[in-house]
Amino acid sequence: MLQSFGKYLLFMQSLFTRKESAKILFGRTVDEAILIGINSIIIVAIVSTFIGAVTCVQVAYNLDNAFIPRSTIGFMVREMTILELAPTITSIVLAGKVGSSIAGGLGTMQITEQVDALEVMGINSASYLVLPKVVAAILVFPMLVILAMFLSILGGYLAGTLSGELTPQEYITGIRDQFIPYNITFALIKSVVFAFLISSISSFTGYHTSGGALEVGAASTAAVTNSVIAILIGDFVLAYILL
Amino acid sequence: MIEIHNIHKAFGDKKVLDGVSGVFETGKTNLLLGASGTGKSVLLKCIVGLIKPDLGSVTFDGTYFTNNKLDIRQEIRRKIGMLFQGSALFDSMTVEENVEFPLKMLTEMSKEERRERVDFCLRRVGLEGANKKMPSEISGGMKKRVGIARAIAPNCTYLFCDEPNSGLDPQTALKIDELIKEITEEYNITTIIVTHDMNSVIEIGDKIFFLYEGKKLWEGTRDEIMDTDIKELNDFIFANRLMRDAKKVEEEEREEEREEEERRHEAEDHASAPSEATVQTQAAPQPENPEGPTATTQTGRDKV
Repeated sequence: MLQSFGKYLLFMQSLFTRKESAKILFGRTVDEAILIGINSIIIVAIVSTFIGAVTCVQVAYNLDNAFIPRSTIGFMVREMTILELAPTITSIVLAGKVGSSIAGGLGTMQITEQVDALEVMGINSASYLVLPKVVAAILVFPMLVILAMFLSILGGYLAGTLSGELTPQEYITGIRDQFIPYNITFALIKSVVFAFLISSISSFTGYHTSGGALEVGAASTAAVTNSVIAILIGDFVLAYILL
Repeated sequence: MIEIHNIHKAFGDKKVLDGVSGVFETGKTNLLLGASGTGKSVLLKCIVGLIKPDLGSVTFDGTYFTNNKLDIRQEIRRKIGMLFQGSALFDSMTVEENVEFPLKMLTEMSKEERRERVDFCLRRVGLEGANKKMPSEISGGMKKRVGIARAIAPNCTYLFCDEPNSGLDPQTALKIDELIKEITEEYNITTIIVTHDMNSVIEIGDKIFFLYEGKKLWEGTRDEIMDTDIKELNDFIFANRLMRDAKKVEEEEREEEREEEERRHEAEDHASAPSEATVQTQAAPQPENPEGPTATTQTGRDKV
């Protein structure tokens, strides 16, 4: 465990030695941002919309009390979405999609000697392959989390109003009630940390794959598992420190 | 020229290379020959720096490579072209992008110059028109050709091939071998090929290094390899029936040649015998000889 962590730190250090030119890294980062970001929009949209909808329905079910205003449903959907569901659930979903893709891709490159081909050419393969992924994830994840926040609240609105649990006016009142802008900052900080954890852990796992197709599959699974555990630990630590 | 000196490498308790030394000459195809698991690929990776040897050194044209400064090693690596066993083409790139990649990364060429060079290299390996294909759309032999084109694109000085004809049919394998040989001679580069294919040895092996259990057991030319008396090498060479038959045919041919030679000598002796006698008869007064020319010859020789 400790040895793996040390190896991980050395791997992260190797990303910043013998870097290729800024132009090449910029191009690679844009490519990776498109792969990580654009290709994840649909899954993030579907998951966050339904999570917002389910949250609204369940809160409405639990707040079936005449003394509690219906606008509280909108307030709770907003708080839960911004503080926890959008950044954490989106990151867990992305750990499954992006993390497994990164680990599988790098693992395949490793076992088919594509990484060796880069090294023989005198290119720092870790820096060339991994650094753009980490930078792209850090840039793109906050955007996806903002999208997830918006769509979750929209999903809650649609579910609440279409099911007749509350009126549009009540929901919007709840959404606007006691809004704390810092919560958005907190969510974005979480998304950046989670982006780094997912991309770096998945890259580390994939880059150190050896063997064959079976090992690549195992690396993908390990990347997702380790990323999710890291997200949950990071979530707690950040909440403890920043709230 | 590449020199390796006393290369040792072990993985845990398993010793893979045990003091391998040798000189790989420029303009020649040098073959690392041996059975599976004898350390050929590990030695190749030690030479190109993908694996660090536990002990020993590698020198490229007099420049020390192993454990040298990073920038010097990088400089040497940029002169290296390598064809991997599985071709190692970048899956996400087209054939032309694969060949262009080292030019983009290692040279200052303009886009136009790169395109010209890519077209030239693909033509050189007989793949004109395949520019836009993805690696998944081409055959194993074509992948090897693209790998060779990518290796030679930045004007490499050293070419390394790890089992270039593995998994190919004999005809395609021969074409790949010939292509490597042609390129080696045409550009006067130092080529090292890892193989266990005796066809490659016979077709293109200028110099052969035979590895056995991590040690270099023999080195020599392809003409010498069939006549060694090293048991391990002979076991390896004549493991298949085709080679045994070839050896048998060769031995029979040699035997026939020897017999032919002997017969020719005898015939020459016979032919030369009367003339000697004639010389003798002319040199000395000829006595009456009722026994004929043979007796005369014998007499003449005795006199000499």
